[in-house]
Amino acid sequence: MEWETVIGLEIHAQLATQSKIFSAAATAFGAEQNRQACAVDLALPGVLPVVNREVLAMAVRFALVTDAEIGRHSVFARKNYFYPDLPKGYQISQMNHPIVGTGSVEIVLGDGQRKTIGITRAHLEEDAGKSVHDEYSDFTAIDLNRAGTPLLEIVSEPDMRSAQEAVTYAKRVHSLVRYIGICDGNMQEGSFRCDANVSIRLKGDEKLGTRAEIKNVNSFRFLERAIEFEVERQREILESGGEVVQETRLYDADRDETRSMRSKEDANDYRYFPDPDLLPVEIDDAFIDAQRASLPELPEVKTARYISELGLADKDAITLAADKSTADYFESLIGAHAMPAKLSANWMLGELFARLNRDQLDIDDSPVDATAFAGLIARIEDNTVSGKTAKQVLDGMWDGKGSADDVIKAEGLQQITDTSAIEAMIDEVIAANPSQVAEYRAGKEKLLGFFVGAVMKASAGKANPGQLNQILKNKLSG
Amino acid sequence: MSIKPDEVRNIAHLARLGLDESQLSEFSDDLSRTLDLVDQLNQANTDSVEPLANPGQCSARLRDDVVAETDQREKLQTVAPNVDNGFYLVPRVIE
Repeated sequence: MEWETVIGLEIHAQLATQSKIFSAAATAFGAEQNRQACAVDLALPGVLPVVNREVLAMAVRFALVTDAEIGRHSVFARKNYFYPDLPKGYQISQMNHPIVGTGSVEIVLGDGQRKTIGITRAHLEEDAGKSVHDEYSDFTAIDLNRAGTPLLEIVSEPDMRSAQEAVTYAKRVHSLVRYIGICDGNMQEGSFRCDANVSIRLKGDEKLGTRAEIKNVNSFRFLERAIEFEVERQREILESGGEVVQETRLYDADRDETRSMRSKEDANDYRYFPDPDLLPVEIDDAFIDAQRASLPELPEVKTARYISELGLADKDAITLAADKSTADYFESLIGAHAMPAKLSANWMLGELFARLNRDQLDIDDSPVDATAFAGLIARIEDNTVSGKTAKQVLDGMWDGKGSADDVIKAEGLQQITDTSAIEAMIDEVIAANPSQVAEYRAGKEKLLGFFVGAVMKASAGKANPGQLNQILKNKLSG
Repeated sequence: MSIKPDEVRNIAHLARLGLDESQLSEFSDDLSRTLDLVDQLNQANTDSVEPLANPGQCSARLRDDVVAETDQREKLQTVAPNVDNGFYLVPRVIE
């Protein structure tokens, strides 16, 4: 039997506002419990929600970059359920009139093929607070700092056919929301959360299989693993004649498995209805135009520009433009610091990325920032250090030994570019190896490498390779 | 329109209301009569009427994205039944 996997994602992007969606309390991460939970967030009697304009602006920006319909008449609704970290007894969300309607994003698959993933809708809602179950033996402790934090829930069509496609789509949305400045994308802090609806069906079937919803996935790697586990689980059930139950399953990263959380059979009836405390939101042309004008250059446009104007290779341009922070770093190198584009790109994608990956760091947390890195590129560009030595300099900078110039000076790594000094070293090597010189002159040209190595060794690796080669060839050819 | 005792039990559960089994039939009668009353609305022809989210003919007033609330945790927690170390404490919830 050949199975086809069908995946749809629900992404909760926490909007990067200063204040909450319906109150003027702060949204900053990491505050002491309940220091950022005001009377509105606590649902004290008599309080009323007032919509934060910036939240609407951010949702409209998202609609613009996903070619989505904008809900010009948007309505907030109450989603009713009881849980102690939801003080009102309902979550303010949107049901029939979301602010973002049907849209799409394009993803580039591993083989270079492009695929359009449909976005069903994206709606605004408030986050709940946090329940802490392990601090007290007889109580659940409630921290309401997060209550009322604005979320944009982005619902995709069931358009993805593999875990890899789902991850590619999630990364694409992640890149977009960061680019347009509406979400910081921090998955560890829960600013960007993915729930996956996963089902399988026999290849060729029109009808969708029964799905399970996987929650609690806080990294792209876990998203891929959770979906793969779930697909395998469902395949085993169906091939042994069983039926998949529609339910919510939690991903447990430690055990690399999903397990049942609650079945939809006893699922809540949320009894949505329009929130009488909030009037409908009207979005006009002027508001939309202002948001359109505020949009930054998007990844595709950047990629095209890097290729056509800067002459970068396609692959390099795509990598540099995909992530906002990476693009900002690169543009700081070539813009504010006026470094050559190709050299900067090569060193970023090669040596910088290798070290970031090794230490599992984001580029924002790089111990060598763009200004410091530009200092290194400048020394490569002006031949103060060779490429090989530059890696050593970068290691020193990485370990906090100061700027490129500091490391070069402290470790005496300055390249030798003085022609007469290089000539002197070459003369010594030639004088010490008369038989090899004779062989070279007799036609054994691959001995050039031997001479280069010997001179490099004599210079402690500091001779400028270009000059060395040039002078060496001249002298050897006699 | 008739609401059966089972539905009353479910609604009460969703609303976290504790009802006696003996009250189920009473409430199913009450709720059925209430819905019958509201059901009269279905006699009105609404073919060309847009659903109305709010009777006010105006749109929401918006606020700027500015933090204007100061920390009043201590004051707010004086009215809470049980607090400790800045947390609100509630009966243990186990899922």
